[in-house]
Amino acid sequence: MAYSEVEEVDGYVGNFKVKVRKKARYVREEDCNSCAECAEVCPVVVPDEFQMGLSSRKAVYLPFPQAVPASYIIDMEACLGTNPIACGKCEEACEKVCIDYDMKDEIFELEVGVVVVATGMDVYDPTELDEYCYTRYDNVITSMEFERLICAGGATEGHFVRPSDRDVPQRIAFIQCVGSRNNAGDKGNRYCSNICCMNTVKDTLLLRDHYPDCECTVFYVDIRAFGKGFEDLYMRSREEGVKYIRGLPGEIRQDPETKNLFLTAENTLTGEVREYEFDAVVLSVGVIPRRDSALVKKLLSLSTTGDGFYMEAHPKLKPVDTPTRGVYICGCSESPKDVKDSVTQASAAAARAMTILNAGHVTVEAITAAIDPALCTGCGLCAKVCPFNAVEVDKEKKTAWVVSAMCMGCGNCGATCNQGAVTMGHFTDDQYYAQIDALLDEDAADKVFTFACNWCSYAGADNAGISRIQYPASPRLVRTMCSARVTEDFVLYAFVKGAPVVLVSGCHFADCHYIDANRQTVKRVYRLWDKLEKLGIRPERLQLEWISAAEGQKFARVMRGLEEMRQQVTAEEVEHTKKVLAEEWEKKLAREAKRKKKAEADESRDEVQVS
Amino acid sequence: MSNEEKAAVATGEELRIGVFVCDCGSNIAGTVDTAAVTEYAETLPNVVAVVRNRYTCADPGQNEIKKAIREYDLNRVVVASCTPLMHEPTFRACVAGEGLNPYLMEMANLREHCSWVHGNDKEGATAKAKDLVKSAVARAAQLQAREETRVPVTQAALVVGGGVAGIQTSLDLAEAGYQVYLVEKEPSIGGIMAALDKTYPTMDCSI
Repeated sequence: MAYSEVEEVDGYVGNFKVKVRKKARYVREEDCNSCAECAEVCPVVVPDEFQMGLSSRKAVYLPFPQAVPASYIIDMEACLGTNPIACGKCEEACEKVCIDYDMKDEIFELEVGVVVVATGMDVYDPTELDEYCYTRYDNVITSMEFERLICAGGATEGHFVRPSDRDVPQRIAFIQCVGSRNNAGDKGNRYCSNICCMNTVKDTLLLRDHYPDCECTVFYVDIRAFGKGFEDLYMRSREEGVKYIRGLPGEIRQDPETKNLFLTAENTLTGEVREYEFDAVVLSVGVIPRRDSALVKKLLSLSTTGDGFYMEAHPKLKPVDTPTRGVYICGCSESPKDVKDSVTQASAAAARAMTILNAGHVTVEAITAAIDPALCTGCGLCAKVCPFNAVEVDKEKKTAWVVSAMCMGCGNCGATCNQGAVTMGHFTDDQYYAQIDALLDEDAADKVFTFACNWCSYAGADNAGISRIQYPASPRLVRTMCSARVTEDFVLYAFVKGAPVVLVSGCHFADCHYIDANRQTVKRVYRLWDKLEKLGIRPERLQLEWISAAEGQKFARVMRGLEEMRQQVTAEEVEHTKKVLAEEWEKKLAREAKRKKKAEADESRDEVQVS
Repeated sequence: MSNEEKAAVATGEELRIGVFVCDCGSNIAGTVDTAAVTEYAETLPNVVAVVRNRYTCADPGQNEIKKAIREYDLNRVVVASCTPLMHEPTFRACVAGEGLNPYLMEMANLREHCSWVHGNDKEGATAKAKDLVKSAVARAAQLQAREETRVPVTQAALVVGGGVAGIQTSLDLAEAGYQVYLVEKEPSIGGIMAALDKTYPTMDCSI
């Protein structure tokens, strides 16, 4: 379904309902035989986006010769309109009668078991880099524009000419890492875009093949030729006489007469600083996440890593799975990669999707939430914080329920519910209180009480172990699936039991394995800090840390810091805390008992009415 | 607590917890006094059997668990060994093999969180190991049997994006016999690759 967009996704693994909008082409694709007669008579000429604006197309056009579907399309923004006085020429010219100015968008509703996201990438726009003067100097072009100039099917039929005078340039410079590996982080991105080194190596060989006399110079930081056959290709380029200079130019100047370009660069291998003259400069631009990736992210409850690409469920063991079960990612939507890696990953995603399709059913780990209708007031707070939209609320009947297949068991709803109506399967409140009791019954003053999320902080503590990074023996860990499972009461209870220091730890803020559940963690900890302060308890005794699964060192460092802090907490302080909070705790228990009694009364009243 | 869980508690089943302390060769026993931990575990409430193993995850270790479940009629199992992120599936399968609900198995992490990180503090590590076992036993006493739900899967796939990755995924799924809906935003499939001239490292045509 080309020229279509996903508008809504509902449901859960194995049972997704998807709404797709097929946009009107104004040309019936099943009838069009791409004879091109419509385009011949079309009077409107606009820049051709497929050729990066280097040539033009008509308002009715075929995106490119090999397009699939092989059907023309009318660009209604440019079209003069249907009124015969205005135009209507294409309709007259079309013998197959496929032009339909009144065509409407169509909505399709699909039912699917799995979803594969392969939404690709966008190309970095180097206009913001003032030093390279892209769009200010005619002969500074991007590597994507280079592709359309060197391609036989391109704007110049494969003649590589420079834009200012359409002469074939003799001296061509390539500048690497444009928009990539910028550690200053002000413009462009920090990450390596993966493909640009080899793309430039390829481009230099294409140029040497087309124009054996041309001189190519590549300004680079490192040449990353790590893949199969890559080093050979790089060596071939060097053997062909392509010059590689380690160092990026600080600026580009233009001769206003000749439009030639002057680059000043330091060769960091020799320390030589000099100016070079070129006829054309190609900016080897990086890869960025698709500019509309937030849309798909929201539709499918995906996460993104710090660089903006979609996040995998596990960097090594589940590289094409996502935090949403039944949804897979591949290609450049996951990270910048070349064609071969995209194809490899695409097949991997297909295979992962097939494991579910082929099984015909999925089992859901029994750690999901359940709502007790007797205690639920239908306030809907749980539904609001659920990252997976797994809670449904009936405001009229004042109740809510969990769709188990959509629930991932993070426990955010359980920690949010004011009524004690949510039970987290396999991670119940009672289980946590039993653990807190067990760990703090004796010698509480010697212990640093720690809540660690399953995916990151607990795994980070494991990583410290695997790496044998030593830290004091005072921490006592309790595992929660997500840091958002940690209720304010759990923390207060640990203090009631005499914990000198309590740590809540989770995945890095943007990398939560439950999409954005740990935003609630932050809110709760802030509320707790306020509360502790009001009760005259030093808020620093409650700490919040983000520790990823790879950060064993950080885990150990945090633990050393907390041990120091523990030693500074006085016995009087702990006693005071216990006393103040014990009163609060009694009040809380009384409230709960009252609520329970009322719920039971309501229940028995209902039963009486029924009978 | 859900109704089924309430029902389970209401039956008033007597708790019979088995604790399996793992030496992990010298990985744990080299730092933690596992004999002392074993002795300590015997004093914990509801614990009716404690077994110390050299390698609990190996077949002989797993057989000890199975044997103890039969002999002592255990209805909760605590394995005090390594991280559940690695061996929870192993021991869940082990107890399930003996007819115990896999959700009635709990682990205490004496290796990654204890022996490996407190190598210079044997006393502290042993005290911590005891606490971790105590905590796991306390949690085990609260565990409830749980059933995983099965959900049917619609035999069709949606692929979002018709670049080279989306096309490859679609072809693979279609060849395997599944209905595939490939949704592409642009008027033609092909994506970025269609706009390239040649591809490295073989310099063949992109389209």
